[in-house]
Amino acid sequence: MQLDQILQFALSGLSTGAIYALIGIGFSIIYNSTGIINFAQGEFVMLGGMLTLFFIGLLQLPLWAAIPCAVLVCTLAGMLFERLAIRPLRKPTPINLVIITIGGSIFIRGLSMLLWGKDTHSLPSFSGDEPITIANATILPQHLWILGITLVIIGANKFFFYHTISGKAMRACSYNSRAAGLVGIDVRRMVLFSFVISSAMGAMAGIIVAPLTMTSYDVGIMLGLKGFCAAIIGGMSSGIATVIGGLILGILESLGAGLISSGYKDAIAFIILLLILFIRPQGLFGKAESERV
Amino acid sequence: MKKNILVMSVIFISLLWISSAMAAGTIKIGGLFAVTGPASFLGEPEKKTLEMLVKDLNDKGGISGMKLEAVIYDTGGDATKAVQLATKLIKNDKVAVIVGPSTTGESMAVIPVVEKEQIPLISCAAGIKITDPVKKWVFKTPANDHIAAEKILNQMAKSKQKSIALLTVTDGFGSSGREQIKALAAKKGFKIVADEVYGPKDTDMTAQLTKIRGIRPDAIICWGTNPGPAVITKNVKQLGIKIPLYMSHGVASKKYIELAGAEAAQGVMLPAGKLAIYDVLPKADPQAKLLKDYDQAYRKHFGVEASTFGGYAYDAFLLVTNAIKTSGPSPEKIRNGLEQTHKLVSVSGVFNMSPQDHNGLDLSAFEMVKIVNGDWSMVK
Repeated sequence: MQLDQILQFALSGLSTGAIYALIGIGFSIIYNSTGIINFAQGEFVMLGGMLTLFFIGLLQLPLWAAIPCAVLVCTLAGMLFERLAIRPLRKPTPINLVIITIGGSIFIRGLSMLLWGKDTHSLPSFSGDEPITIANATILPQHLWILGITLVIIGANKFFFYHTISGKAMRACSYNSRAAGLVGIDVRRMVLFSFVISSAMGAMAGIIVAPLTMTSYDVGIMLGLKGFCAAIIGGMSSGIATVIGGLILGILESLGAGLISSGYKDAIAFIILLLILFIRPQGLFGKAESERV
Repeated sequence: MKKNILVMSVIFISLLWISSAMAAGTIKIGGLFAVTGPASFLGEPEKKTLEMLVKDLNDKGGISGMKLEAVIYDTGGDATKAVQLATKLIKNDKVAVIVGPSTTGESMAVIPVVEKEQIPLISCAAGIKITDPVKKWVFKTPANDHIAAEKILNQMAKSKQKSIALLTVTDGFGSSGREQIKALAAKKGFKIVADEVYGPKDTDMTAQLTKIRGIRPDAIICWGTNPGPAVITKNVKQLGIKIPLYMSHGVASKKYIELAGAEAAQGVMLPAGKLAIYDVLPKADPQAKLLKDYDQAYRKHFGVEASTFGGYAYDAFLLVTNAIKTSGPSPEKIRNGLEQTHKLVSVSGVFNMSPQDHNGLDLSAFEMVKIVNGDWSMVK
């Protein structure tokens, strides 16, 4: 019995962890190309789910058509956010940028509340609700979708950042934006690009989790914070380290809730966050650097 | 210069005339609702309901010739603001009675003010502390949580279920429910074998439920408001748990069934306020007609179904108008009238106030319902 339980805790943890990972990567992409921690990332997750609902509900689109529309609109919102809130800043100090992204997130949340109300909504599952049993533990088909899409997105990310010229240019900006500018990379365009990618990813994350977790105008806060934790554990890397960070977070939360006490579930996530920041600020897997640019 | 003085005095006299006219013909009801902010799901329907009822009554000629006037302020769910606005209602607007606030925290903060100023307050918040111990000027309309808890435990006793797993949300509503169930269970000889909690924004409760499944209780009682209970209902189905699941009255709306899905919610039992289930109530139920009328009027005015929360303001309105009719329009008389309320049929139940009970509802305020094929059915 005990072993069954632990397997179930692990599976539950993996599936929530994959969500955290996907959101965490959105954080690290923007961080790596701009040095900004975009606290509005969670709001793009919320927008993904809410916009899909909006397209299904109001325009009567089928699910498969509503998803790309929602991702598209969300990406546009991300671009607008960069253009209107981030770019006009004269002296982009980190503290200014953080406050601007927090302000942006409050604005987006408020706007969605006015547009779509305060109710919680649920999206239909992509392929049914029949649980799948794996050695006495169960998961839902939607969990497989989450894991699958996370893997695909991570693969695509890896390919983009290491094998395409734009991706390499973005990485160059992250190492030294001044030098990147000097060799002819349009740094501002790369910043815009990073917002495009991360808002699209956030939206996708929001859409695939909505059938399980439901969505409302204020889901972005908690999901965003957990994604941020995942990115910190992974040392703000835009690759596999953040994914592992997310999965570790998910599994520890679920084991903690199951074996210790469910009252401490969120505390566990934030204790890990603080520990990592105190002890290994470079992330669980990162090599210590004397300076991070 | 002369002209100015003339204009001024005309304005002054007309103002005097207007205010004296108001004093003669209208009774002012103050409203304090959390129309915006985190508790806006309470305050918004409450405000709309009160406005709708006041307008209807005035269109019909008021109470024996006297018109009502509602002065409603938005507290934003903030206790400090609620106290300021309560003072404003009493000192500036000179209201005879205050309806609200929407939340327990705000109500507790406002109580000292109304007690001092001797203005009756009818709170729309559920916390048991508001009217226990009884305060001279304070009443409340939502039924106490322990009535809902007792309904569930009575149902469990009927089904011979002895051990309970609790799964409650970590907010005010959840912790109040948790305390009430624990206290009642101890009194009635039930055993609490698991006591799990979850956060209001949690998205996956399989960990808690897996633990509960391992303990094998006779029943699970979940106490929370959407979306948590809907997630739990889905998780229960995912894990293939066959233990009977009870929900609180916090999810007694069609929204819960919609979120959880009719299939996952099949067989879930909960105590529901009668407004949610008026169409399956027996014809003889004294509230059936009133509930139907309220829901239809609300749909006509605002395009959405009436909610239990709006019902709290409905109750308060009926209590006040009844008190004015039987006793009189001054604060003192309204208070006495409220305390003597006898068999007043309203939305939340049938009110019977007394000097010892300023809530006036009993077990009949709730009905146990079971979800069958995506709809409510009465538990026999």
